[in-house]
Amino acid sequence: MVTHESGGGHGHHQPPSGFIRKWIFSVDHKVIGIQYISLALFSVFLGMALSLLMRIHLAWPNLKLPFIAGGIMTSEQYLALMTMHGTIMVFMVLTTAPQSGFGNYFLPIQIGAADMAFPVLNMLSFWTTFLSLCVMVAAFFVAGGAPIGGWTSYPPLSALGQIAGPGQGAGETLWIVGLAIFCAASLMGALNFITTTIDLRAKGMSLGRMPLTVWSWFITAILALLAFGVLLAACLLLLLDRVAGTSFFIPGGLVVTDTVITWHKGGSPLLWQHLFWFFGHPEVYIAILPGMGVASHVLSTFSRKPVFGYRAMVGALCGIGFLGFCVWGHHMFVSGMSPYSAFAFSILTMTIGVPSAIKTFNWLGTLWGGKITFTCAMLFAIGFVSLFVTGGLSGLFLAQPSLDLYLHDAYFVVAHFHLIMGVAAIFGMFAALYFWFPKMFGRFLNEKIGKVHFWLTFAGVYLIFMPMHFLGLAGNPRRYSDMTAVDFLHPLQPVHDFITYAAIFTISAQLIFLFNLLWSLKFGEKAEEQNPWRATTLEWSIPSPPPFDNFAGVEPVIYHGPYEFSVPGAADDFIPQYLAPERVRKA
Amino acid sequence: MPGAITQDIELIEAGHGGGVTPPAGGGDEGGGSSGGPRPVPRRAYFTALQLGLAAIIMFFMSLASSYIVRKGLGTDWQRTRLPRVLWFNTVILLASSITIVIARRKLERGLLASFRNWWWLTTGLGVLFLAGQLAAWRDLRLNGMFLSSNPSSSFFYVLTAAHGAHLAGGIFALFYVLFRNWDRSRITQATAAELTSIYWHFMDGLWIFLFVLLTVGR
Repeated sequence: MVTHESGGGHGHHQPPSGFIRKWIFSVDHKVIGIQYISLALFSVFLGMALSLLMRIHLAWPNLKLPFIAGGIMTSEQYLALMTMHGTIMVFMVLTTAPQSGFGNYFLPIQIGAADMAFPVLNMLSFWTTFLSLCVMVAAFFVAGGAPIGGWTSYPPLSALGQIAGPGQGAGETLWIVGLAIFCAASLMGALNFITTTIDLRAKGMSLGRMPLTVWSWFITAILALLAFGVLLAACLLLLLDRVAGTSFFIPGGLVVTDTVITWHKGGSPLLWQHLFWFFGHPEVYIAILPGMGVASHVLSTFSRKPVFGYRAMVGALCGIGFLGFCVWGHHMFVSGMSPYSAFAFSILTMTIGVPSAIKTFNWLGTLWGGKITFTCAMLFAIGFVSLFVTGGLSGLFLAQPSLDLYLHDAYFVVAHFHLIMGVAAIFGMFAALYFWFPKMFGRFLNEKIGKVHFWLTFAGVYLIFMPMHFLGLAGNPRRYSDMTAVDFLHPLQPVHDFITYAAIFTISAQLIFLFNLLWSLKFGEKAEEQNPWRATTLEWSIPSPPPFDNFAGVEPVIYHGPYEFSVPGAADDFIPQYLAPERVRKA
Repeated sequence: MPGAITQDIELIEAGHGGGVTPPAGGGDEGGGSSGGPRPVPRRAYFTALQLGLAAIIMFFMSLASSYIVRKGLGTDWQRTRLPRVLWFNTVILLASSITIVIARRKLERGLLASFRNWWWLTTGLGVLFLAGQLAAWRDLRLNGMFLSSNPSSSFFYVLTAAHGAHLAGGIFALFYVLFRNWDRSRITQATAAELTSIYWHFMDGLWIFLFVLLTVGR
């Protein structure tokens, strides 16, 4: 048996010494992961600030607000904030942090690789993403301001230019260019993730031994690889409609702002919707699947039990990923599609309930009878399951074309997608951060502050989004900037006021998190042990924070599955993946 | 026990093997046998290329399905007369696929000078194809067919431009294989040549598909 520490001579590549190569243009997947997480952290606070301004306006429509030209928010400014809130949150937070951030940091380590397959490409993906964020945010500062077409940017109004409203000029163009750049960045990242997972796994790391986190990043990367090319094509055509006078998406005979549009004809706005949602629905899973992986991982670790039904969990991930490409039409039930098509999309959509139910059942099965420790990571993972179920159930309502006709453009949908795609995914990120923080930075996040943060956030998000279901059922449309201006919405204004208070409360609670993060980086309890959570996967076999090339140039060997907790006959309640069978202590 | 895990970890030095043979994982080629630094296994480059091609297929299928849908939905579709030079370009591109195969065979046999000649010829044919595509555009422009003239011409420009941009990437790769200093590279020239030739054949096949689409579907 050759069991030893290797000398540095076997390093994968040498660590850079200069600040710029080490921290700015780094090719180290861990630094790039932290860069992605930092970008997402900046974006999430920016996106949250935009939502705060919107919520304050909805409660007090005549209040003068900071950062708003003219003081009192106009409907167009409201729509601009809404568009940028959605875009920044979906792309720069939900797509970026769970996959590119945590995935970049931990996927190579968890499969026993020294780095991603293509480190330079990895660096390029991050900086391309950064460029995309800059281009999108620049939309705030051009004439007309940010676009007002929503994160789905439906034509024809998104394709016509300034005539369609403020922000639909240069702002919209920047939005499309920024999104196209983001597509390129995501494709590069996805390619790297998949190649790394397929070809760089350590000896013994068979597919059946991959942690569910790795599985989720792997499936997510496949979705991204197949979906972002479609969005890129759609962006290209939309851009040409705007700047080159083509008519891919613009029909004839439009009258916009009292002007008859004579220079476009024959295009199909529905074509954009098909292309966009063929990307857009997998995008929802790109946001949520990594959270599923993290939740499975954390629930198992802190229940001291193997993941219930590991193979079924992998199958469910694959099933959700596959079905994600078959259901884009359910976003278009109100587009006048054939009832037969709607029926097919409806059945396929409800089919997703099967793998989703398998996952939920197995998460509960993992918890059942476990020796549960309620760490912050565990609380957020359980919170993830709660939010996934709550948000998922309303999806079954929306999957019915007849119900969707009523609910589609109402607050019910806002509640649904925020819970399942936004907040659940963010809870997955919080679980990941509390769990891996000691490995990443060598210090713990403060657990006491973290628990306060969890309970305030958990209560807060339900206080915000549950009432939105009732608003939707009552017929409150989305995207309206002032309910007091519409007679039939007057009775609902107190609910909006309540949601605004809840939003202020919840956003304030995130300042507690921000404090915990910054304070713990500097003063947090040191993670003296390499494996403080007594976990099984490879990242816990190396120092905290990990060295430059992870395993000091030697390749770990994997002997066990990823979740061997409380194995009968073993002295310890966990068997690390890398522990040779003869070294497992008997009870 | 926690905290001393590193002492328990089974590390295997490259090339020596462990005591207990674990079931085969996926990444067991690059690290296990070279004895030096753990390089990225050769097959990773082929995996990445295939994935890249899958993404490119999705991109072009989106454009192609948009073409079909737009033609079916709109009432303003007019046939675009395709320039005859496209047939010449197609023959040029097919020829380049043959020359790149010959070039790779020369490289396999170690005939470096001959390899370079055939590789140069491929590169030249690639550049000639692009020039031919520009000539086709010029032909259309002279006939008054511009990007925004008609959905048919719009798609012609978009599809040919998108293919041309991807083919330009292939030409860059062809030059890269010729001029890269392979002593300092993570892969060999033969591997790079193989990767480039796969991409080049793919661009060839993609053009045939697009040409058929533009010819039959116009």
